[in-house]
Amino acid sequence: MDYRPEVIERLTELWEGREAGILKGSPEVFNRYRSGAFSEFLSLGIPDRKNEAYKYTNLEKSFSYKYEKYFSPKPDDFREAERFHCEVEDLDVWNMVLLNGFFPRGDEGLAMLPGGIWVGSMRAAAKQFPSLVEKHYNKYAQNEKDGLVPLNTALATDGLFLYAPKNTVNTKPIQIVNLLQSAQDIFSQDRNLVVVEDGAQMSLLVCDHAISPQHYLTNTVTEVYVGRNARFEIIRVQNQHNDSGKITHTFIHQERDSFASSNNVTLHGGLVRNATWHRLNGENAETHSYGLFLADKHQHIANFVKVDHAAPNCNSTQLFKGVLDDNATGAFNGRIMVHKDAQKTNAYQSNNNIILSDSARMDTKPQLEIYADDVKCSHGATVGQLDENALFYLRSRGIDEREAKLMLMFGFAHDVIKNIPIEALRDRIDNLVLQRLRGELSRCASCAIQCN
Amino acid sequence: MQTEFLLQIKDLKASIDNKEILKGLNLEVKPGEIHAIMGPNGSGKSTLANVLTGREIATVTAGTITFDGKNLLDMSPEERACEGIFLSFQYPIEIPGVSMVNFMKTAINEQRKHRGLEPLSASDFLRLMREKKELVEIDSALTNRSVNEGFSGGEKKKNEIFQMAMLEPRLALLDETDSGLDIDALRIVANGVNKIRRPDTSVIVITHYQRLLDYIVPDFVHVLYDGRIVRSGGPELALTLEERGYDWIKKEADVTEETWTTDRK
Ligand SMILES: Nc1ncnc2c1ncn2[C@@H]1O[C@H](COP(=O)(O)OP(=O)(O)O)[C@@H](O)[C@H]1O
Ligand SMILES: [Mg+2]
Repeated sequence: MDYRPEVIERLTELWEGREAGILKGSPEVFNRYRSGAFSEFLSLGIPDRKNEAYKYTNLEKSFSYKYEKYFSPKPDDFREAERFHCEVEDLDVWNMVLLNGFFPRGDEGLAMLPGGIWVGSMRAAAKQFPSLVEKHYNKYAQNEKDGLVPLNTALATDGLFLYAPKNTVNTKPIQIVNLLQSAQDIFSQDRNLVVVEDGAQMSLLVCDHAISPQHYLTNTVTEVYVGRNARFEIIRVQNQHNDSGKITHTFIHQERDSFASSNNVTLHGGLVRNATWHRLNGENAETHSYGLFLADKHQHIANFVKVDHAAPNCNSTQLFKGVLDDNATGAFNGRIMVHKDAQKTNAYQSNNNIILSDSARMDTKPQLEIYADDVKCSHGATVGQLDENALFYLRSRGIDEREAKLMLMFGFAHDVIKNIPIEALRDRIDNLVLQRLRGELSRCASCAIQCN
Repeated sequence: MQTEFLLQIKDLKASIDNKEILKGLNLEVKPGEIHAIMGPNGSGKSTLANVLTGREIATVTAGTITFDGKNLLDMSPEERACEGIFLSFQYPIEIPGVSMVNFMKTAINEQRKHRGLEPLSASDFLRLMREKKELVEIDSALTNRSVNEGFSGGEKKKNEIFQMAMLEPRLALLDETDSGLDIDALRIVANGVNKIRRPDTSVIVITHYQRLLDYIVPDFVHVLYDGRIVRSGGPELALTLEERGYDWIKKEADVTEETWTTDRK
């Protein structure tokens, strides 16, 4: 039976009570797009397997659950979050803690870091930088057949705002620890905006951690503008429990001579789907999309990537890897689109997966749409077991079978991790992955980054 | 009880996909001895190396293998390595993402654990690496990379000998370590083996050619043909093979077999 009509009914009820629950206190620029977005959501619906981009991802379990709470936390809820402290040795960052995607101290929360970069809530940003927010908000998110993006536009009330004005450079990476903590089962929508203006540089680390055992579903939309000759790096570490659902849509829009890289490391999560869109809108831009996941039990991890080459002379890479055990399932859908004028495009895509059990399953699907003629594109996908010959080679030197398997899996994963641009973080994630592979990092009890 | 033999293979039979490859092989190796096994392609030399190291490509159907008084066939590949068996692979494997340093550190410490020893300290380990690298004249650029990744054929073979130097086995099996090496590389590899050897280290050299045996001088030479050792002798047998090839051995062996089958009727 189709679970969706009932879910849509619940969401419609929310929508009808929008006066108090959604509109009040929200930025005007958010409210402006809501009605249109909600009707768009109603016409697109919740994506099902008939939708090419969700062909191997079943949202039913996460969406059919009756969540008790849909909106932002109350001030009291933040007390615990503010006590939370991420202590990674040698990881020198500007640290910020969010709760279920929301910034504490809602309206006032906006601060400038040394170096001139602004960090705060969308609500506060809409007051302090109205024209900037107006210029970029809802301009890069594409609803292309995915109802969850307009759902976010219709319902989100706040989120994170990051702004690097022209030629500013963040002196240290910014770390956002997003705690998932609630006394109730919660379905939340957060809406984030990152603006990196011409010549500016920003490095961002986002850690998602479930710290209470409730059911969660998060539907996150993040828009990123990367100006001319600007540089933007985002690393996401996702560590949630098996009853959590995390859906992210990240839209990275790049102007000429810019550089961007996205790295999604999924250590845990019941259902995780990361959609990353890279639009190369100006010449000579470079973009990288990386992803690594380790899944077991009944987890499902999906990565959707679209690299849109809209201008000539741009380079892009996609490198995604997965390790699947037990009954885990995974999906990779990687698209490269090269527009007619995007000559001299260099686009590379690779997806490799290791299956450790008979019942785990991985579906991988590359899609290339190329309308220019002077283009270098390559793609490859593999789904297989650990290499028996390599395993024997290690064992023949005295390394115990279990350890040898671990070394091979780690080597496989490290190939993605090595692209993380912050060294202390790279080492830390290497460690986390190793712990995860050893089965020591089962259910996360606190920030993965500070796990011992 | 101290056994006289380090390795004792008795009437060993092994098949791959129900096809018998080793057809009753006998070999005895004492501590410190060097044995050469020669023979045409496809006669079962690598299969013997696989059976000795526990690679499950071939299934042992009969016979026994005793190593230092213990039943080798009962042991996992890693146990055999910890007991002191080392194979220099005919085709070394590339392992992307696993660094040489981490590989060697893990291997050494697993072997030490097996012997009830503490893991090597980081500084002792690095000292050992440096020492052995010089011994086999291997470039640091190689040991800083992933295992065999992007190594040339010669570099892979040198890397095998480097690993042998690090692990100091009691029995080293060299499976065509000489093939594909130019004369300089051959000299380095052979000298490496000689420098590494302690008086009681035994070596089994599998090769097609006499030239490696100029450097690593064997005590015994065996000819393996069609799954059996059909002839054994001293170093002079290798010279004869170099001159006359294998055909006369093949003929002789085939004749012997026919006679033998006829006798049984
Ligand atoms: N993995 C394998 N699968 C099937 N047959 C094999 C395999 N490895 C070796 N053989 C067969 O076993 C026989 C002996 O091979 P091998 O031991 O490699 O010989 P050698 O090392 O003396 O050249 C050959 O007939 C070869 O075809
Ligand atoms: Mg061979």
